[in-house]
Amino acid sequence: MSNRLIKNKTCVVVGASHAGVNCAFALRREGWDGDIILYDADPLLPYHRPPLSKAYLTSDDDIDKNLLKSAESYEKEGISLNLGVSVKAIDRTHKNIILGDGSIQSYDKLVIATGARPIIPSIPGLANSNNAFPLRTATDVANIRHAVKNSNKKQVVVVGGGYIGLEIAASLKKLGAKVTVLEREERILARVTAPEMSALFQNLHLEKGVEICTNKNVIAIETNNGEKIVCCDDGTCYPTDIIIIGVGIFVNKELAMAAGLDIENGIKVDETAKTNDEDIYAIGDCTFHYNPHYGRYIRLESVQNAVDQAKVAATSICGKETRYDTIPWFWSDQYDIKLQMVGLSQGYDQVIVRKEKNDNKCLSFWYFKGEILLAVDAVNNAKAYVYGTKLIKSGERINKEKLLDCEADLKIAHLISSKIS
Amino acid sequence: MVKITFITSDNETITLEGKSGSVMALAVDNGIKGIDGDCGGVCSCATCHVHVAPEDMSKTGSASQIEADMLELDDNVNEFSRLCCQLEISDSLDGIVLKVAN
Repeated sequence: MSNRLIKNKTCVVVGASHAGVNCAFALRREGWDGDIILYDADPLLPYHRPPLSKAYLTSDDDIDKNLLKSAESYEKEGISLNLGVSVKAIDRTHKNIILGDGSIQSYDKLVIATGARPIIPSIPGLANSNNAFPLRTATDVANIRHAVKNSNKKQVVVVGGGYIGLEIAASLKKLGAKVTVLEREERILARVTAPEMSALFQNLHLEKGVEICTNKNVIAIETNNGEKIVCCDDGTCYPTDIIIIGVGIFVNKELAMAAGLDIENGIKVDETAKTNDEDIYAIGDCTFHYNPHYGRYIRLESVQNAVDQAKVAATSICGKETRYDTIPWFWSDQYDIKLQMVGLSQGYDQVIVRKEKNDNKCLSFWYFKGEILLAVDAVNNAKAYVYGTKLIKSGERINKEKLLDCEADLKIAHLISSKIS
Repeated sequence: MVKITFITSDNETITLEGKSGSVMALAVDNGIKGIDGDCGGVCSCATCHVHVAPEDMSKTGSASQIEADMLELDDNVNEFSRLCCQLEISDSLDGIVLKVAN
């Protein structure tokens, strides 16, 4: 029956990054035999975003080495990829979208995968400042690489000590820049991790020669004889050639909002990634969705969420039963540190830090609420990440004493004492 | 050109030719079912799991520690398991057969 329903229909996907592209390919896999039309304002073939602040930034690679899918893959699957095209509006009554040039494309099903854009804070002097960049796109990376290459002093100030800011700091240090990170909170990664993790990364960056300054609220960018000065509200000033802005993102929700779709902290979707319009889905960074495991609505900025929600939406659009129920996971690479995170630590009341014997660079942070394991941050410790994933999923009760015993090897059988009833 | 054969979970046999890059990227570009490579090839997601034909294990070698740890995410892991994002295409891999694990 589902095949009959989807015959010769058109599915339009707005946004061709991790979520949109994966959704398009998943639609074909799930049996959508009508048109699949992808739009994105970015003129470049869709690429992997996580490497942009990591390995890609420090390489000389062209973005072609970093593509989500080859150009031929789209042709082979009959996916129409329209790049450099913006979408202006959604007309739900007539079931069509209006493109930047005013032309109209009708849809039977529409997927909104518009993602997010960097917040550019309204700091006086920033808008007029040259060599000030966010990092979200391959073009941003090209601009940053070019600025660093052409800078004599190679002095960089990174505003924002979150994962993006810290990854950029590590990468630019590798490129030979002198890097200072200014964080508004009292510790880096304050929003996302425990103080112990913040301390670990603070020390790591200091060891590598990156200056990290906390409690720094940037209030102005001044230009003096061509030199930029980043000024903070405590009176401190940081002269620099290049400014990187990494203070978070805004969800690209305007299209959905103007179309009258439900919006909260993102575009609100149900467990099949459907909005309050039967024929419109939303996936990826732009969605506010329910996570059954944690029992609350959340918004996630991650590849995992983009890809998994894309598959759920595609399955649902093809008329099959499905439900989004994944434990979120993330990763970050800084210098020689591989950080892998699983679960959501928000609401934890205890964090157990485990250092493996024989390897002081191999750590893990286990976040609990009572006896329930919420999340694990694993530093150079894939084993802890994998066991954390399994234990969060199974809900098995963990023997904390054994977890704390770093003399004993990390073994899953060792960690489990009894099931939570 | 290096020839690599994939056998999917539907028992479809597909032989591809590659020059460079990872075996995962070759599989993704050619839409091999069961190879997703969600993390882009940094050994962070375990969505490119293959079982190397026993006779080809000498060509691929065995998994590194981190790769072996990540493979444990999948219940389907065995002694021939590799994450194919960690297999760089080179002449030494010519002719290998990989069974897609999922």
